[in-house]
Amino acid sequence: MNEKFKDHIVKALNKNVRMDGRKKDDFRKITIETGVTCNAEGSARVICGETEVIAGIKMAVGTPYPDKSDEGILMTGVELYPMSNPDFEGGPPREDAIEIARVIDRGVRESGMIDTKKLCITPGEAVWMVNLDIAPINMDGNLIDIGTIAALAALKDAKMPELKNGKPDYKNLSKNPLPVSKNPIEVTVLKIGENLLVDPTQSEEKLLDARLTVSVLENSDICAMQKGGNSPLTDKDILEMVDLAIKKSKELRKLL
Amino acid sequence: MGKLLLKNKEVAVPGEVIAEGMDYLPGFGTYREKEKIIANRIGLLFVDGKVVKTIPLEGRYLPKVNDVIICRVFDVLMSGWRLDINSAYSAVLMLQEASFKYIQKGADLTKFFSLDEYVVAKIIRVSSQNLVDLTMKGPGLRKLDGGQIIKVGTYKVPRIIGKKGSMISLIKDATGCRVIVGQNGYVWIQGDPEKELLAIQTIKKIEEESHKSGLTDEIKKYLDKKVKK
Repeated sequence: MNEKFKDHIVKALNKNVRMDGRKKDDFRKITIETGVTCNAEGSARVICGETEVIAGIKMAVGTPYPDKSDEGILMTGVELYPMSNPDFEGGPPREDAIEIARVIDRGVRESGMIDTKKLCITPGEAVWMVNLDIAPINMDGNLIDIGTIAALAALKDAKMPELKNGKPDYKNLSKNPLPVSKNPIEVTVLKIGENLLVDPTQSEEKLLDARLTVSVLENSDICAMQKGGNSPLTDKDILEMVDLAIKKSKELRKLL
Repeated sequence: MGKLLLKNKEVAVPGEVIAEGMDYLPGFGTYREKEKIIANRIGLLFVDGKVVKTIPLEGRYLPKVNDVIICRVFDVLMSGWRLDINSAYSAVLMLQEASFKYIQKGADLTKFFSLDEYVVAKIIRVSSQNLVDLTMKGPGLRKLDGGQIIKVGTYKVPRIIGKKGSMISLIKDATGCRVIVGQNGYVWIQGDPEKELLAIQTIKKIEEESHKSGLTDEIKKYLDKKVKK
């Protein structure tokens, strides 16, 4: 990005003006739609401004890890397709896609949202594997937060398939939802200059000095964090960012 | 005597017969097949005397000679620059067209225009292969420093400029921003942040309501209301 354009937008931010007319702590309008694909056990489409993300849940039966023989498995994948943004290229996932996948995975996993013990079929032999796939259809920033909302909505929408001779029967879905309970909402707070803001567009994301993703539970507990960007954060910055994230997570939780 | 099968300002779809007879001439987005004039693009029909043409509703920019456009430098060549013109084709700015000043052989070209910088330029040539040549020699053609660039639909540009620039001068007067609209759909805005935001919102509003008639008056009211606040 051209340095002069960057200075210009930072100057506007210092005067509390974002170029789409929002306040620094405003999210764009979010709409959530569930059950959007017929082949996945659960799916959701989330639209936030120009960003649009689809998440899907696919269940499979597999063998558990030896050290957790009675627990189901969660796998999260994010693919950044070139159709969603000219900055993305085809091929195997790169650093940015892997980071988004791991941050969303961490939020869902560490919150204990999925009761993995209930996904066990036969201890040591067969467990349910939950494949959570997230794909942006159009990308205009803030993929972590919006991807998480899509992931949560899809997990809540999912129904377990029936088991037939130890194999899943995808044509007959049972009425049992996945054993999910909590809502780990992730909020990414950006630091640009001395400004803290949420829900960045892509042009704002390109300017960031530092960012902190905070995963917040219903009772304002923090279950996961991720820092990005080249600049360091002070104690004061982190406390302010966490407070802002907790405040915004309460608003986002009402949508689910 | 030829006759028009569609009314003026109606939507024409590809393959639709617009006129019959040799009295009408095919313009942009139309072609002649024997006695008939047929549309090959979707758009609003526009009858200008004898010429019938369609005005596209949406689409990428097609380079046209003498258009003043805003372009982004994305490559520095041996003796010139390659620029993104928001089109399917890129354009070349040759060294001799870049400046009135003499540029010495082997000079560092990034000192004039560097990567990711924006310039206002004029198209001087479009070859049949769509190779586009630009010039920077002329009034108002310059490098853009500061400010910001937004993108608008290429075919909404005439509405944003208005008749003899009426709409754009309305925005300039109300917001005090400096605005340059490139024919290719890039718009450069520079001013006070809050006023700049108003200018962007106004341009977006024009883009959304570009099909309405009497838009200039409506925008004037809109701007008056916003500025008074």
